[in-house]
Amino acid sequence: MKTIQTQTIIDTVAEMCIEANTFLSEDMLRGICIAESTEESANGREILETMIENFDMAEKKGIPICQDTGMVVIYVSFGQDLTIEGGSLEDALQWGVAKGYEEGYLRKSVVSDPFIRKNTNDNTPAVIHYKVVTGDQLKIKVLPKGFGSENTSALKMLKPSDGMTGVIKFVVDTVERGSPNACAPIVVGVGVGGTMEKAALLAKEALTRPLGRHHPKDHIENLEDYLLQACNALGIGPMGLGGSNTVLGVNVEVFPTHIAGLPVAVNISCYVNRHVEREL
Amino acid sequence: MSVINLKTPLSQKIRKQLKAGEHVRISGTIYTARDAAHKRMIEGLEKGIPLPVDFTNEIIYYVGPCPAKPGEIIGSAGPTTSGRMDIYTPELLESGLGGMIGKGNRSERVINSMMSHDGVYFGCVGGAGALLQNCIKTVEILAYEDLGTEAIRKIVVENFPAIVVIDTWGNNLYETERKKFAHEI
Repeated sequence: MKTIQTQTIIDTVAEMCIEANTFLSEDMLRGICIAESTEESANGREILETMIENFDMAEKKGIPICQDTGMVVIYVSFGQDLTIEGGSLEDALQWGVAKGYEEGYLRKSVVSDPFIRKNTNDNTPAVIHYKVVTGDQLKIKVLPKGFGSENTSALKMLKPSDGMTGVIKFVVDTVERGSPNACAPIVVGVGVGGTMEKAALLAKEALTRPLGRHHPKDHIENLEDYLLQACNALGIGPMGLGGSNTVLGVNVEVFPTHIAGLPVAVNISCYVNRHVEREL
Repeated sequence: MSVINLKTPLSQKIRKQLKAGEHVRISGTIYTARDAAHKRMIEGLEKGIPLPVDFTNEIIYYVGPCPAKPGEIIGSAGPTTSGRMDIYTPELLESGLGGMIGKGNRSERVINSMMSHDGVYFGCVGGAGALLQNCIKTVEILAYEDLGTEAIRKIVVENFPAIVVIDTWGNNLYETERKKFAHEI
């Protein structure tokens, strides 16, 4: 049986928060570079070049790529044979976020109550999703989620008769409405099926799948390809100022659902789509 | 691509010469304000409390910067989504505000107010927080310090890169550019 100390978790999560905000992941850099080489709009190309320059500057100075260092979403995959020593796992994850945001000079963007709106000053609480699995591994995915893009996300309970056509229309409409504000070229996470909250969780988790990696099921892979083409045909372009690259990738996740339902959730991420994964 | 160098404050005459699509580099003093500062300013005006800054011919930059690392004066400082300020913006334009820097589209009400008061809206690259931070030369908290990142700051910028997105005549790049690249599949 494996044992992990809470201090290890705190330090790991802190590092992951800083890493995710400062360094662009390889899949996203590849996506942006492809966009830059294919972009038809002169404004669009200049914007994409600026984005690449900004990645270099952030890395060189060791400061966040974007000032919106997000509200942290953590996916925990917890092996049932694992023991945590030194305190509660939940506290360790939250303290890790607080430590990372303080030591990394990241912006604290979380307010304690949606109505009173007083800043918690340490960027906690993070939103944490747990999954218990077999084995003795602790897998942690950290997604600092900016709200320029989060605010453009949407969910709808479609009818079974709406089918794939209904899902396509809802995704494309959501991208059309949101992408000028969401720092396009965006990444689109789509969750279809389950219940209302399951669809939303699938959409969020879809954003953590590396850009360019397709869903294993053929009909979902085809849907991803079609949605990418349909969204890029909107002409919205980088930062909404016109162009051929509105969306860098569409990741769709599906789950069994009820005979009466077709829930669909669309979670939008900006072109940085911060995601870091580690296994302890 | 030709670039127009602008020095703040921006007179009405200069603002009226700017055309949507022009690339600019802004130098001089600008003011930061976002959601919470706008709410407090406008609620203050309703109670008869004057604005903390005379915004006549000045520019507001919609930004909530990161904390400064040791040796730096400010952290990453890219634009936030302007649309959330739409509800408050016409009153500021009426009070003389000359321009705004942010990202994303504006409401019809804001655009109408910009046309009535010769306001101009600049867009800069969202997420380019590190690059734009590098253009900021001095920082001073001017009001609402308790709002932290959302406080009103007076900052001096040098060659801050932006694009005229909506001009004083109501020409709007978000409307015009997209049509050139949209197509059927």
